[in-house]
Amino acid sequence: MSTDSTTKRLLDLNLTRNLLISLAVLVAGMLLLESTDRYTNTQLSSLTYYAIAAIGLTALTGLNGQISLGHGALMAVGAYTTALMLDTETPLPFPVVALVAVVVTSVVGFVVGIGAARLHGPYLAGATLALAVALPSVALYFKGTFNGEVGLTVASPRPPEWFVSFIDAVSGEFATSSKYVAYLGLMCLVVALFFALNLRRSKIGRHWRAVRDQEVAAEIAGINLGRTRVQAFVISAAYAGLAGAVMAIVVRLAAPSAFTIVLSLSVLTAAVIGGLGSITGAFIGAAVLVFLPPWVTSLSTGSGLSDTQAAQMSPLIYGIVLILVMLLAPGGVMGTLSTAWRRARLRRPNPATPTQKG
Amino acid sequence: MNGDIQKLLNILLNGLTQGIVIAAFALALVLIFRSTRIINFAQGSQAMFTTYVALTLLNRDFPYWAAFAIALAAGFLIGAVLERVVIRPLEGGMELNIVIATLGLYVAIQALAAILFGSDYQSFPSPVGVNGFQVGDTNLALTPTSIFILCTVGVVVVGLTLLFQKTQLGLTMRAAAFDGEVSRILGVKVSHLLTFGWALAGLVGAVAGILVASGQFIYPSYMETLIVFGFIAAVIGGLDSPVGAVVGGLLLGLVNSLVSGYVASGLVTLAAFVLLMVVLLLKPGGLFSSTKTRRV
Repeated sequence: MSTDSTTKRLLDLNLTRNLLISLAVLVAGMLLLESTDRYTNTQLSSLTYYAIAAIGLTALTGLNGQISLGHGALMAVGAYTTALMLDTETPLPFPVVALVAVVVTSVVGFVVGIGAARLHGPYLAGATLALAVALPSVALYFKGTFNGEVGLTVASPRPPEWFVSFIDAVSGEFATSSKYVAYLGLMCLVVALFFALNLRRSKIGRHWRAVRDQEVAAEIAGINLGRTRVQAFVISAAYAGLAGAVMAIVVRLAAPSAFTIVLSLSVLTAAVIGGLGSITGAFIGAAVLVFLPPWVTSLSTGSGLSDTQAAQMSPLIYGIVLILVMLLAPGGVMGTLSTAWRRARLRRPNPATPTQKG
Repeated sequence: MNGDIQKLLNILLNGLTQGIVIAAFALALVLIFRSTRIINFAQGSQAMFTTYVALTLLNRDFPYWAAFAIALAAGFLIGAVLERVVIRPLEGGMELNIVIATLGLYVAIQALAAILFGSDYQSFPSPVGVNGFQVGDTNLALTPTSIFILCTVGVVVVGLTLLFQKTQLGLTMRAAAFDGEVSRILGVKVSHLLTFGWALAGLVGAVAGILVASGQFIYPSYMETLIVFGFIAAVIGGLDSPVGAVVGGLLLGLVNSLVSGYVASGLVTLAAFVLLMVVLLLKPGGLFSSTKTRRV
């Protein structure tokens, strides 16, 4: 009896903790949005969808050991669904639209996941790479629905009354549509974060890690390998779908050119830089994706490169960073920090050990 | 000649040319995979880069074959350097780390090419004509360029076959790929052979890059679909069988051409993806795998 109540209390503790973290992120996000200018607001909106996608991928790769180069394509599914649903006289509220986008992307993720569940490592990378190249051609083929190369313009959701008066009360400013979009992105991110935090500590998360680390042992312990892998892929796809939905309203366009293999690799870069499996790392990686390119671009145009050349500096840096992280710090930012912290803690009880100072 | 038959004939000829290029690229992937169990996702970017090297030389009035040879040498060198600098330190670590590193190379080389050579479409010459042959009053989808492509890949295949069956070097490479540990004990410098394998793959990839560009336009991401097609062909062929890679390439070329001719050209990549999934689910070892069972 007592163990039962202890686990229950522990569970509550976890749930409360995760709720508090999510609320803290919400408040911090609101403070950031209200204290920065419009340009930074737009950048922060981009950060929300990159972070959502990176959380989804970091969970898949970090916790379950599967890699996906198809997340850009899955984001396209979410974005196109959103664009089509918002393109009516009286569109449904965005949360409903986002939910539909998540469901549709999950279904696509399920189909791909069934195939992916039996693959690992390079095979899975190759198969999802094929998906990333194949899926945009669907948009080109069904021109009538998806408007081919040009893509669909997204009708940005208009801020409702209560939001306008809320922003007025908070900052005394008029709530623009882009501010509303930024808040929608933030809300989606917080919901996504809350789910991810719970997932990691739940039975599901433990199963994912077990399958990642010891296939055979996990199977003997009664975990269905195939089902667990498909589940991980579907949940990760759901994140990509949500990210795509937010991306659609932030960018206001769903076009094949936005969902190239480079997008998939950018999201992977974010997850790898931050540290695979780390949710904090996903935030760090997303911030790098948003704030690095403008800085690099201005730096390289300043040093004499043309605009088109400068635009290629960011992917060049992503690529080099991917290689360097793998060579020097495969744990990414968070992995390296936690190793350093653990080392420091091990050293502390023994003051006789000479500390190295540079 | 009957119009339908003419169409089918041209589709088949087209598929043959496409397929043989895919086969050449798949060979490059297989060369690396069979000795290291790594799929080099940067192979396409490397080939794209060496093709730009060739184009730059051609624009400076180098003779065609000199530019061709220098591009191949560049491919050989790049392959060797990448193996030594990036791949070697990661060996023995997690499988995923090498995959991610080759993906990093993929993006980095592509972006570097765009910075150095520009992102515009540039036409790449063919050493021979690009106009189709005529039989009577029928136009065939067979050009001097496609014959040049077929012959070049033929030379590559024969060269590789001779290397792996007749030379000391090739036989040692096969031995090292079959059992690295035993080869090492017998005094084979396996690490040199791995570098040579990557270099050789870089060379074969460079050939494929130039062939697919011949008479076409090139731009930094022009190899993107070929990476996917090459991977699919290699998987169909079992990933460690050069013969399988060639057959897989030809098969995929024909399927692509048939889909493009009779269904819709826009659905070729999707059809190839479906074909890949079907092969991986039904016969994950590929059609020509030398090992009986393997987890993929």
